[in-house]
Amino acid sequence: MHEWALAEAVVSTTLKTAEEKGLKEIIELKIKIGELQQIDQEILEFALSQLRSPLLRNAKFSFETVKAELKCRVCDHKWKFSTKNLDEDVSEFIHFVPEIAHTYLKCPKCGSPDFEILTGRGVWLDSIKGVK
Amino acid sequence: MVDPRLNIISERLAKIRKIIAVSSGKGGVGKSMIASTLALALVRRGYKVGLLDLDFSCPSTHVILNIEGLFPKEEKGIIPPEAHGLRYMSIVYYARDEPSPLRGVDISNAIIELFAITQWDSLDFLVIDMPPGIGDATLDMIRFVKGISFLIVTTPSKVAFETVRKLTRLLKDLKVPILGVVENMKMRDSPFIREQVEMLGVPFLGEINFDYRLEDSMGDVQKLLETKFAQGVQEIASKKL
Repeated sequence: MHEWALAEAVVSTTLKTAEEKGLKEIIELKIKIGELQQIDQEILEFALSQLRSPLLRNAKFSFETVKAELKCRVCDHKWKFSTKNLDEDVSEFIHFVPEIAHTYLKCPKCGSPDFEILTGRGVWLDSIKGVK
Repeated sequence: MVDPRLNIISERLAKIRKIIAVSSGKGGVGKSMIASTLALALVRRGYKVGLLDLDFSCPSTHVILNIEGLFPKEEKGIIPPEAHGLRYMSIVYYARDEPSPLRGVDISNAIIELFAITQWDSLDFLVIDMPPGIGDATLDMIRFVKGISFLIVTTPSKVAFETVRKLTRLLKDLKVPILGVVENMKMRDSPFIREQVEMLGVPFLGEINFDYRLEDSMGDVQKLLETKFAQGVQEIASKKL
């Protein structure tokens, strides 16, 4: 239930934004989930539903999965992250701390661990819609 | 797009009474030894203590404390396992013995992730073993760990102290609390570091003599606590913290 901690972060950020913008009710939350972190959307949704505060009572949660794209800093090769052929433990380590990818993944072209995570790292709050 | 993790960090640290970053401008001055021994000394005094190894590229406190075969429990986040009476967190749980070549932005992201998901619960002290320098980890601690104080480590070397001077100036300019400076690995009588620290206007916490037998206690906590080095750390902890 590592997703629970991230759900708490989403709710906490939403409530802070609502306060700053004077929103009385949240209507919709758009959440982007990066593939690299391998978040279980069902667990995240469950955690969010359990964490509903009065302000989020009627909020609709929508999710978008973002493909994880990596780019080698040495040879500029770009590739998509895949859990295929990935050791189960390693997959779990990346789930907890996505940057651990640099420990175990290498550029498929030149073998360098010096790559950039272009897209699809973790959980992002894309937009918050509410009424004043 | 907003990164939601930053907003939860203060909540995760809310039940920690004091957060101490053991830091230096330079590597090899004994930060990890002092952080580990300080954490153990505080446990011995009956406090609830956490130790976080924030040196992601070159973690070493697990070697000093001989921490093996542990893994955080997953429960609404991650719960650091207990070792030698303290709650211990390090990147080694996930990186194992493999090298982790991380650039600045990745270090920062990994730090934010760990702070956002680690459930320390209530602690009297969280001791953080910082990586050397005034880079990402230091800036991130200043940015999102409210109430953090820095314990700065130097050796008698002018080279080490020069980097400590810069760290101290940065912290003072940013009004970050400094507990003081410890002079580690002292080999001869010289007032140089004490005088320099006093000139910087920060407390001089004390000096710890170079202990030739310290290396023999690596990985043996009982032996470590019996060293003269540990006595020095305990003295500083009991008088100044």
